[in-house]
Amino acid sequence: MDHPPLPILPQTAVTTEPMGFYTDTTVCIGCKACEVACKSWNLLPAADGGVTEMSGDSYDNTRQLDGTHWRHVKFIEQFPTEYNGRWLLMSDVCKHCVQAPCLEVCPTGAIIRTEFDTVVIQSDACNGCRACIAACPFGVIGMNDVAGTAQKCTLCYDRISVGLEPACSKACPTDSIQFGTISDLRERAQQRVEQLHANGVNDAYLYGADPNGPLGGLNSFYLLVDEPEVYGLPRNPQLPTRNLMESAVLSTAGAVAAVGLGLVGLRKRRMDEISDERGATSDE
Amino acid sequence: MVIMGSNMAECHPVAFRWPMKAKLNGAKIIHIDPRFTRTSAVADLHVPIRAGADIAFLGGLINHVLNSERWNRDPFFREYVSNYTNAATLINEEYRDTEDLAGRFSGLADYVESPMWAYNAFVGEYATGSWQYDRGDGQAGPARGTQGQMAAGRPAPTAQTGETPEGRRAGAAGATGGFDTDYDALVRSLRTPPARTDPTLQDPRCVFQIVKRHFARYTPEMVEQVCGSPKAKFLKVAELLLENSGRERTSAFAYAVAWTQHTNGVQIISCAALLQLLLGNIGRPGGGIMALRGHAAIQGSTDIPTLYHSIHGYMSHPSALKEHETLEQYVRAETSPTGYWANLPKFMVSYLKSMYGAAATRENQFGYDWHPKIVGDHSHMAMFAAMADGRVRGMFCIGQNPATSLNASLERAGLRRLEWLVVKDNWLTETATYWHSAPEVKDGTVNIEDIKTEVFFFPSTQVAEYEGSFTNTQRMLQWHFMAAKAPGECRTDTWFYYNLGKRLKRAYTNSMLPRDQGWKNVLWDFEPDPGTEPPYPGEPDALKILREINGYYTDRPTEHLPGFAALEHDGSTTCASWIYCGCYPAPDQNLTAARNPDPPGQSGAHLGWGYAWPANRRVLYNRVSADADGNPWSERKRWVWWDGTKWVGHDVPDFAVTKPPGAPANPAAIGLDALAGTDAFIMKGDGKGWLFVPTGLVDGPLPTHYEPAESPVRNPLYPEQQSSPVLKYWRNDRNRLAEVGDPRYPHVITTYRLTEHYLSGAMSRWLPWLTELQPELFIEIGTALAQEKGIANLDRVRITTPRAEIHAKALVTNRIGVLDIAGKRIHHVGMPWHWGWMGLSTGDVVNTLTAFVGDPNVSIHEGKAFTCNVEKA
Repeated sequence: MDHPPLPILPQTAVTTEPMGFYTDTTVCIGCKACEVACKSWNLLPAADGGVTEMSGDSYDNTRQLDGTHWRHVKFIEQFPTEYNGRWLLMSDVCKHCVQAPCLEVCPTGAIIRTEFDTVVIQSDACNGCRACIAACPFGVIGMNDVAGTAQKCTLCYDRISVGLEPACSKACPTDSIQFGTISDLRERAQQRVEQLHANGVNDAYLYGADPNGPLGGLNSFYLLVDEPEVYGLPRNPQLPTRNLMESAVLSTAGAVAAVGLGLVGLRKRRMDEISDERGATSDE
Repeated sequence: MVIMGSNMAECHPVAFRWPMKAKLNGAKIIHIDPRFTRTSAVADLHVPIRAGADIAFLGGLINHVLNSERWNRDPFFREYVSNYTNAATLINEEYRDTEDLAGRFSGLADYVESPMWAYNAFVGEYATGSWQYDRGDGQAGPARGTQGQMAAGRPAPTAQTGETPEGRRAGAAGATGGFDTDYDALVRSLRTPPARTDPTLQDPRCVFQIVKRHFARYTPEMVEQVCGSPKAKFLKVAELLLENSGRERTSAFAYAVAWTQHTNGVQIISCAALLQLLLGNIGRPGGGIMALRGHAAIQGSTDIPTLYHSIHGYMSHPSALKEHETLEQYVRAETSPTGYWANLPKFMVSYLKSMYGAAATRENQFGYDWHPKIVGDHSHMAMFAAMADGRVRGMFCIGQNPATSLNASLERAGLRRLEWLVVKDNWLTETATYWHSAPEVKDGTVNIEDIKTEVFFFPSTQVAEYEGSFTNTQRMLQWHFMAAKAPGECRTDTWFYYNLGKRLKRAYTNSMLPRDQGWKNVLWDFEPDPGTEPPYPGEPDALKILREINGYYTDRPTEHLPGFAALEHDGSTTCASWIYCGCYPAPDQNLTAARNPDPPGQSGAHLGWGYAWPANRRVLYNRVSADADGNPWSERKRWVWWDGTKWVGHDVPDFAVTKPPGAPANPAAIGLDALAGTDAFIMKGDGKGWLFVPTGLVDGPLPTHYEPAESPVRNPLYPEQQSSPVLKYWRNDRNRLAEVGDPRYPHVITTYRLTEHYLSGAMSRWLPWLTELQPELFIEIGTALAQEKGIANLDRVRITTPRAEIHAKALVTNRIGVLDIAGKRIHHVGMPWHWGWMGLSTGDVVNTLTAFVGDPNVSIHEGKAFTCNVEKA
């Protein structure tokens, strides 16, 4: 399955109002129509031709966003006891950060900001260096083995360029995924939070809707009802350059520590094996 | 909104858009289900319940409602129930309730199989005479209107008539009579005295008092014992329902096959109807009981039926076991003299005209003798039981995958006895490949050389590759257009049947056998007009089929019928399905293709979008959305009302448009004229919503909790009556049942579908985008059971029933678990049944676990509640 070439941006691209997604996780029914619609429109292959194994992690069998999964639905079971708890469902996607770490680190300029204020990887200019994969604080980007390049959600650049809604939000039966101008979406989302608060859902809040928040706000933001970490989202996502020095030191120290721990681990495993062997012998 | 017997978010995700919209507008969603599903995830309240205990829960709600302060205080409820239901009607003195007979109704007798067809499989049968209305004539009424199951074991002495040339000639000579029948006089002659009533609802024999007594033992404590639902949660549901019903508010129920697939499925739905009638939630906007049908056109497949026991528009299929020998006898047996069904002769004659065209005349009873008659239960399980006995020679299998269906090894044993089998599908299904790849062939239990069936496979088009109509769950017909051409030799189902019919007609051209005269005379012309290019060679014209369904004036075929009020019983009108009449009222007006929604913000019925039968009504029996005087119950719930001269409103009124609300009943009249201005349920002979069901059901006039055919406990409500005394059970070595409380099969299991797959997976397990989402068969088990059995998440486990043993991976979760049932800790488990051996994603066939036991009214299987064991493999 060949990936269609992404459209080349017109030289005279006019900047429109910023566009994006608002995902209300409280009305998500986990149907995964967004995942399928995304793959169908963008001609993305299934993992291993669709012949895979179940993950055992609730109903989540695609597990992550990557180069061939540009939408991913998370299933978070919070049940302290049988029949007693809640099941959080959330459709995740590229955040189209206003200050995008991937764009910042891309050495070839393949990652661009479009006239819709969205972030798009131009496949034909990507050299597959994977810097963006490492830089993304949300783990959105992955290699697409068919294309041989790093890929992620384009916010359906080809569709919205001609006035169509992105495939995922179009397919969403409950309007958990909404597409529109960021100003509209923020207003809608704020009203929804207030409605939920009035109904006693006091935990409801918006993640990434604040233009003064991390990364200048996210052009794909979320309504959540639990801590960001519960959904696998960083509490305080950062641009990689902010911590360049600090992280270099940390990673060196980390590497040293890891080697040390690894040696300890190896020794521990060998000890266990020896004791197992002894146990087996004594059983005989 | 109560969702029960349905996992709407997962199985009807597109329709679930609307409950979620309602929720955003403040509606509360209650989900009552053995599992915490994706529906529960967005519901305001999830209540666990044991599969198969639904009547106990609903019965508990009925008992709670009737004794509640709110129901007894607010005059709305009494007014609605007194005016619009049969609460005041007196029942025969001979009637005995389950309360009197330890769980049985009066009239129970042994069942004797018919010598003609030994697959009806009732374990008992009721004579329903004692359940009838007291008409003051001291007689138990006739059991009119049942679907013929009662008589199933009683072959009519002349049933063989027509099978010999001599017999046929006798018929043609008019010996069966009736061609000069005056149908109006005939229908009038069927009138019985009106039933006696007690408007004060105090008489112990009135329906209201019977209902009260019947449900008195369904206490919250009993609900908890039978269902395993915590009492506090049950009471919460009852309170929410009561709060949200009345003049200003209505509550809706939604169910799907988890209510139907039981040995008392019809009674579960009947129980919900009883509750909704008591709460005034029928016939009003935002109320009702929504049957969520299985796929886009399954409603259509019962309207224009693929069912064996009815013909188009819910008329009984002519039967060799009933008094159906002549058209006149059929009309006599099937027509209700009062209510709208009094028009049945018009529907039937117009139907016969559509079958046999010009050959159908008054002299030959409009070809009635040519019409096939049933000889018993020809439903799915009965036919496969017969097939396994070698009684069926060939089968067309289209849109089904029986090799993975109920008690699948029994069904495959049936398939192996066929001489020929035609499978028409998108992919090579399990049914197309059972002869070389079924487990019993693979493991050598069955020798491939011993299977003599000749299997034909026809590749099929997908729905977007042709035009036609869907009828959705709201009875709405929506035309769909062809979006793409199918590859290769893929053909539509209409192509297949149309061309098969043409060949059969040709084959019988010279036959003089009476039984072939039907084929010779059948009207079979849907050829595209000359000059038009069909999408596939030989494809019939879909609009001509729609015209046949809608109907036309017999001698002016281009003049379509405007609606079913235009039908006649003299042969001047031709109409395949009276309920669809009006959907295509003129050659240039295909209303099923209409796409005109109401403007935003209006509380309209979107009458310009598609066409809902009957007569484009969106809410049935909507006369009751107004009070007895014809005024809306409230401004908020205004829907249809009397404007002083006629009924008007947002919807098409489901009532005689100019009959004033105060009009009295006319005891001499027939049809709608016999009914009063408050007799809103116009399809019922008495115009009332039936709390108590005297006719039409074979397993009792009131819903009663019986245990499923396999259960881990004795029936806590009626210890002397374990399961339905008239359920269907097909005895067969491959169809053994577990005893009550059998320790070898201690767990309750239910089966279900997932959003990611469709039915047996025949359409979905071939699509990589879907298989990666749910790649493997699994069983959902609770953490307590996993701990007891030493099963870890993703472990391979073995699931056994007396019929089969299969394997699956364990998905350990707290979304399902232990329920306390009648003092026992019962583990509840569940499995999706999408798998088989073909496709990208393969797995064991879950349906091999299920049994051939079924509902006595409709013969559907009990796949939703049975018992099993689970062990680490």
